[in-house]
Amino acid sequence: MTTALGWIRERIVLLLGIAVLVYTFVPIAVVVLMSFNDPASRVVYRFDEFTLDNWLNPCLDPSLCDAVVRSLQIGVLATVASTVLGTLAAFALVRHQFVGRSATNLLVFLPMAIPEIVLGSSLLALFVAAGFAGQLGFWTILIAHIMFCLSFVVVTVRARLAGMDDTLEQAAMDLYATPAQTFWRVTFPLVFPGILGAALLAFSLSFDDFIITNLNAGTTTTFPMYVYGAAQRGVPMQVNVIGTLMFVISIAIVLVGELRRRKQLV
Amino acid sequence: MSESTRRAGKTGYLLLLPAVLWLAIFFVVPFYSLVATSLYDPTGSVFRGYEMTWSFGNYADALSEAWEPLLRSLWYGAIATLLCLVLGYVLAYAIAFKSGRWKNLMLVLVIAPFFTSFLVRTLSWKLILEDDGFIVNSLQFLQLLGDDGRLLATPIAVVAGLTYNFLPFMVLPLFASIDKIDHRLIEAAGDLYANPIVGFFRVTWPLSLPGVVSGTLLTFIPASGDYINAQLLGSPNQRMVGNVIQNLFTDANDYPAAGALSMILVILIVALVLLYVRRAGTEELL
Repeated sequence: MTTALGWIRERIVLLLGIAVLVYTFVPIAVVVLMSFNDPASRVVYRFDEFTLDNWLNPCLDPSLCDAVVRSLQIGVLATVASTVLGTLAAFALVRHQFVGRSATNLLVFLPMAIPEIVLGSSLLALFVAAGFAGQLGFWTILIAHIMFCLSFVVVTVRARLAGMDDTLEQAAMDLYATPAQTFWRVTFPLVFPGILGAALLAFSLSFDDFIITNLNAGTTTTFPMYVYGAAQRGVPMQVNVIGTLMFVISIAIVLVGELRRRKQLV
Repeated sequence: MSESTRRAGKTGYLLLLPAVLWLAIFFVVPFYSLVATSLYDPTGSVFRGYEMTWSFGNYADALSEAWEPLLRSLWYGAIATLLCLVLGYVLAYAIAFKSGRWKNLMLVLVIAPFFTSFLVRTLSWKLILEDDGFIVNSLQFLQLLGDDGRLLATPIAVVAGLTYNFLPFMVLPLFASIDKIDHRLIEAAGDLYANPIVGFFRVTWPLSLPGVVSGTLLTFIPASGDYINAQLLGSPNQRMVGNVIQNLFTDANDYPAAGALSMILVILIVALVLLYVRRAGTEELL
């Protein structure tokens, strides 16, 4: 008994940490469980009976799948655009001299420090003032997503670049590599994990955004907007299938990345 | 990288141009647009157009209309941030100092749940906190909740949702700070006869302050602007300022009032953040 208590006392912090971690997984467990639920009614949200139907017919409500596809399209486009623009800016901020560095750093930082509801409403105010109130939809959502993903990309890539040892690049130059060769064979491969991480972050931010999107979407519906709407009138269990898939896919991506990293280390 | 190894010339500006242009057009100009909107003549409408009449009265109107949800937002945001700090500190500390070779795995596990949609997770909290659910029944059994007591549609549910949803914003900066702390400093405190608790408060905690400051800001700002948790887990009695702004824009189409309220929220948050950063005494946020 005393040894058991001693064992716990020695590991109390770790055990508490694991408890917090378990708590963060409880809602995920519920999502996975509900994806196998055959609900008795649409109004009462609770587990009734096991079924595979939701997984076999994920598009039973076509508007759900339309919304998912739209979120994927916007997510991919916003990721590509914000990753390219953000990576270029990160290189400029870390590797180049120019006037207005601190102003630029502030410009990049502010969108992350302002509540989303304000970012969303200010964009809406612009679109309305510019006479686009009737054209809110796919393109205005995309513009908004690129805007808020951009800062996160710059910060992520900048951190990677700033933490990088530049003696390797100097060595390449010493060995008569041209600047282009140095960039593509030394610098870029070293920064690439940072760029990839930034892209994944941008994609998940875009795919998951509700507040800014909802203000600038007009009648267009993305996946989070579909879920929000469904919460008022009864949630189809297929929403949980999508949620489970998102979880599984992101875990898989992280695991593949980790395995590749370990292989490179060996 | 030292200043001397930075390359001079035009390339820097060219690399920066696209991103800066995008942010200027779709972040700075909109902000100006929001300020303008907040000063439009409130008798106009989205359909007929608004006139710029410098109606500062919009701000007074917005405040008298919505001071309650506004204060509630800051209050809920603050409690959620405090809860996140406690939970997040334990988790970040455990990962940084106690997880050994499982460190990477635990870090991945911290982020993993948050790749599942924010809204789907919040709905799942709705199920967890439901009236006849396991948690409510257990609390009733323990007499911590009255027989007809409930969690959904109460401030507890909204704050619980906020705490859950914004936890990673706290854990990651905390981890970054705690992970950097040199173990030998804590050992030295022990050698100087500090017990672990004193050692924690005199060494670990002060060294983790940069993480605490950026974590609390990263949690407080989005949490006090959020309205999804209030909408899905609360009732109209837990309305936060985000709900009001959203309704003014999309349902009432009252753009000047919505703009003024957005501006008030920004001003309040910026003031609180400046006050807090000055008190906390660290400015390495940028």
